Amino acid sequence: MINSINEIYCLGIESTADDFGVGISTCSGEILANISDGYIPEKGGIHPREAARHHAMVASDVLDEALIQAGIKSSDLSLIAFSQGPGLGPCLRTGATVARALAAYLNIPLVGVNHSIAHVEIGKLKTNATDPITLYVSGGNTIISAFNSGRYRIFGETLDIALGNCLDVFSREAGLKHKKGIPLGAALEKLALDGNNLVLMPYIVKGMDVSFSGLLTSAVALLRQKKYRLQDLCYSLQEIAFAMVCEVTERALAHTEKKEILLTGGVAANKRLQFMLSLIAKDHGVSFNKVPLEFATDNGAMIAWTGLLAFRSGIVTPIEESIVKLRWRIDRVDIPWMN
Amino acid sequence: MDELVILKLLQKGAEATISLASWYEKKVIIKSRKIKKYRHPQLDERIRRFRTIHEPQLIYEAKKAGVPTPTIFLVDTKNMLIIMEFIQGKQVKHLLTILSTTERSQLCFKIGVLVGKLHFYGVIHGDLTTSNMLLDDYGKLFFIDFGLGEKQNELEVRGVDLHLMKRGFQSTHNKFAKDSFKDIMSGYSNVMGKPFTTNILKKIREIERRGRYVEERKLK
Repeated sequence: MINSINEIYCLGIESTADDFGVGISTCSGEILANISDGYIPEKGGIHPREAARHHAMVASDVLDEALIQAGIKSSDLSLIAFSQGPGLGPCLRTGATVARALAAYLNIPLVGVNHSIAHVEIGKLKTNATDPITLYVSGGNTIISAFNSGRYRIFGETLDIALGNCLDVFSREAGLKHKKGIPLGAALEKLALDGNNLVLMPYIVKGMDVSFSGLLTSAVALLRQKKYRLQDLCYSLQEIAFAMVCEVTERALAHTEKKEILLTGGVAANKRLQFMLSLIAKDHGVSFNKVPLEFATDNGAMIAWTGLLAFRSGIVTPIEESIVKLRWRIDRVDIPWMN
Repeated sequence: MDELVILKLLQKGAEATISLASWYEKKVIIKSRKIKKYRHPQLDERIRRFRTIHEPQLIYEAKKAGVPTPTIFLVDTKNMLIIMEFIQGKQVKHLLTILSTTERSQLCFKIGVLVGKLHFYGVIHGDLTTSNMLLDDYGKLFFIDFGLGEKQNELEVRGVDLHLMKRGFQSTHNKFAKDSFKDIMSGYSNVMGKPFTTNILKKIREIERRGRYVEERKLK
């Protein structure tokens, strides 16, 4: 990659949860680098402090690797973007510290990016979608959003835990292990392929919202009964949980009359969920857009790209306003670049 | 059912297809819960059957509570369809933006009164979006689509019902969501009384805070 003098390069840092990611994007949306290093807990879920420690340890290597992959020097950068929230406090702070230091050292502007918006924007960049209903499902998020009067509005969301969280906790209860390259969700999906008997569990849909805590409790209780094959339980949990998010996505689609569905987040990797949503899209004559896995899971490229979009609309984040926002909702941010 | 002739597909919703039909020379609505191929067949059958049976029951309960709803003519659990009265009117979703501020405020007050009547009688609508409210040509407000409803008196469930409506206004009608919700709650208060309304508003705030990402987490 050869750098031209006029090109703007934005480096984005993602560190909301277990992944530390660095991406580099050009103004036209060319992703020159997208490097990530994930923290894998020895047992249990993400320990925020341990994850932050991991991020601090790998930060410099990931940054170097991204610059090498992009074929540019740090002095070529024009902008630093970072995920300012929502997410886990210690993790967010580690990424923000790296971002502030870089921006100050290179003497270039800083832009704080909302993580959920970044998922939508990179999704639009990497698919044909321009104004979709987005189903964003991951370990920490379950949001059905769409653009309406200046912002991404939340049409539906979880009333308690996230879809990915529900699947992960069940998987751990079932003794599955998170390995490098094989997240818990993938292990669960693999087992579910061998399931064929539907075990009934609570199906909780409230308007365009969903609730997974009762489903999780029930699934874990059934697991402990040892009456059913694990494959059947994995299969049933997926069938029921996915049907719930599909129903509310379809409801939001009918309500907003949008013409595109966008699926993103870590759970977007699940083939069964992809298939279910594609059927809904077909049924309504709208397009189904699945974000490629590299850009659907947490990544630095999405932060870089969204930082650029914001910067081009005149948004910068002065260091003194760059404090992280742990509970920063997607519908709290104006989106000037969509007008 | 030879007497039934489908005239026009009106809407393809998330769980049902709404068609205009002629039935014994009367214009009617057919709400047909078609098979959702994305769902496991066993789960699909269960959901469709439950809602097809449940919805007419709730619509009847709503009527008893004094809330205008379409009259049910026939429930067919074999084909999972409901034949009901056709209401010539407009979805509130499309009306709100074209009304004057006063008219909008009056309509929202009316919405609040009807929600209050439902809750007073122990009916939870379950999907109080402006897509599910119709204003007929005579200015009468109807509630439709009770498929996600239930009979419940708990404060929590009533709170969720209102919370979903509030969030719906914020996402669909953001420009006047705040005022509209205020008007709705004053209509609601007219039926349920001030003390209960204060209670439920507190409950709604509690439910909101329970969400994944809400800035204000502690009770003020």
